[in-house]
Order: sequence, then structure tokens, then C-alpha cells
Amino acid sequence: MRATRPSRAWSPYVAGALAGLLLVLSVYVSGKYFGASTTYVRAAGFIESAADAGRVAQMAYFAKETPKIDWQWMFVAGIALGSLAASLASGTFRIQAVPRRFAARFGERAGLRALLAFIGGAVAMFGARLADGCPSGHGLSGTLQLAASGYVALIGFFLGGLVVARLVYGRIRS
Amino acid sequence: MLLLFGLVTGIGFGILLQRAEVIRFDRQIGALMLVDMTIVKFMLTTILVGMVGVHLLVDLDLARLSLKPLVLGGNALGGLIFGAGWALLGYCPGTAGAALGEGRVDALAGMAGMLVGAAAYAEAYPSLLGTVLTWGDYGKVTLPDLLGLEAGPGRWIVIAVLVVGGILLLRFFEKRGL
Repeated sequence: MRATRPSRAWSPYVAGALAGLLLVLSVYVSGKYFGASTTYVRAAGFIESAADAGRVAQMAYFAKETPKIDWQWMFVAGIALGSLAASLASGTFRIQAVPRRFAARFGERAGLRALLAFIGGAVAMFGARLADGCPSGHGLSGTLQLAASGYVALIGFFLGGLVVARLVYGRIRS
Repeated sequence: MLLLFGLVTGIGFGILLQRAEVIRFDRQIGALMLVDMTIVKFMLTTILVGMVGVHLLVDLDLARLSLKPLVLGGNALGGLIFGAGWALLGYCPGTAGAALGEGRVDALAGMAGMLVGAAAYAEAYPSLLGTVLTWGDYGKVTLPDLLGLEAGPGRWIVIAVLVVGGILLLRFFEKRGL
């Protein structure tokens, strides 16, 4: 029946505009701008604390971004929950280990995909912390506040991404 | 209470990201290959709506800006490094958990990598603090500041230019079928 068919995607303009309104509401109600990458610092701090709490307590960066559950931590967890709920409700939830564009270039190799995702994640997070933000903190929240740092970082994200994507997936035709 | 607001806001954002399909690897890499601008359309619309709304709130004294300082060394170099990693991963820090939420299990390896990257940065931080993070430090400056415009009306001139420019860019994408 039709009900079992996956729903079509929402317009990026409608969803993007609603996300903009949600951000404005969040700033009004909680005084909080969207961001995500600091949460990974706090989570890493938690994990390292389990191994050696004394060492973590002495590290300058964990003194700056203390391992604790804060607004942003809950926000990032909420994004995952919202996505889970929306994908189940719309019939678009799908267990997938190798994305289509990746398979088009490298084949259905889940191990290679996981390895590149791991390396990419490590590099991206190091860069995000050096830049002091990610596409949420700089790309959305920074640019909309007219922060010069947001524009410099956003240009960097896309320049770095365009070059490496061309090198890695250059043979994809779409 | 603040934690609850964070969770609810995140759930709302996650639903919008998922339904617009901007979380997907294929969309994110599609944008970096310049063949599918869906994520750019989403981001740009969010930015333009948020820009007008937040600055209205600020003018009405209902909210405050929270600016990150412009440090060219950190922002530019970190930005480029992030971009390189992003192209390999195909998800970003906010959307990796969401990708896992819609069943894309490769995001899990990416999230593990991000934890390692965060830990590595914490190790490197003391040596970066005296070097890269001091290069081109201009403090918390905005575009109107850099253009020498007066804070109040200057902001709205810049916003008007960005809104018009953004809409023209979106129209260009639509005409090209991107």
C-alpha cells in the first residue's frame, strides 16, 4: 500500500526556514545558538576521565571545556533522536553501511568506508576545534550573527571540502 | 530546564534535517562535488531567516549576540582541515549522530574518529595556544566592524546585501537545476 512507501523529502527552503525560526526561538528562550563540536570535546573528556581523571583535570583544554552535560550536549543528542523518530515515521529509516556515492567510487566495501569515516572524523574534529566551531557554530550561528570568524571558517570548510572531495571521489558521475 | 530546552530544540532540528535529507552522505558529498546543492539551500535559508530574526531580537533588547573571535590562523587553517576531514567523512559533528539515527551505521566510525580528534586536539592545545591561535587575532569583530560601518544601521545594510545576494545565489542554483 501507499502508506508503506517512504515519504518524499521536504523542500530544503521550507525546512531551512523552519530551522532558522527554531534557532531564533532558541536564542529568545534559552539564549543559546546552535553548535555541536564542543560536545565531542566534553564527551572525550568524560571517556578520558574514566581512565585517568587526574590527568584530565590538569589539561588546559579540558579546563576550558569541562567534561559536563550542558545545553549543547542535549541539543546534539536531541538531533539524533529527532532524526531517528522522523526516519521511522516517514519510512526512510534504513540500515546502510556504505553510502551510494561512496559505493560508486570504491564499491560496496564497508570496512574501507568505516576506515575513511574514522580518519575523516578525526581530521574534521581536530580542524573544527582549531577553527573554534563547525558548520553549526560557525556556519550557521556565526554567519547569521555577522561574525567575521564565521565567514572565514565557512569559506575554509567548503574550500577544504571541495578540494579533497574532488581528489577522493573525482571519478563519480552524477 | 536549560537541558530540556536543549533536548527539545535538538529534536526539532533533527526532524527538519532528516526530512530535508540534508544529513545524508550523498547530499553532503554531492554539495562538495557541486552536483547537488540541497544542503547549501537548507543552510543558506536557515542563515538568512536566522539573521533577520536574531538581529530583530537584539534591536528589541530581547537577546544578545554570542560572537566567536576572529583568529585568522585558527579559523582559516582549522576551517581548511575541517573541510578535508568532512569530505572523507561525509557527515559533520551535528549530523553524524543524526545519520546514525536514520540507520547509517558508517556514522558510528565517524563519531569514534571525532572523539579521537577531539582528544588529539586537547593534547595539542597548549602548543597551539602560543602559535597558530595568536596569528591574526582581531577579537570579536563583525562584518560591519570590518567595513567601518556604524554598529546599528550598518548591520542592517550588511544584512540587506547578504539577503539579496543569498536569494540570487539560490535562484542561480534553481536555474542550473543543482
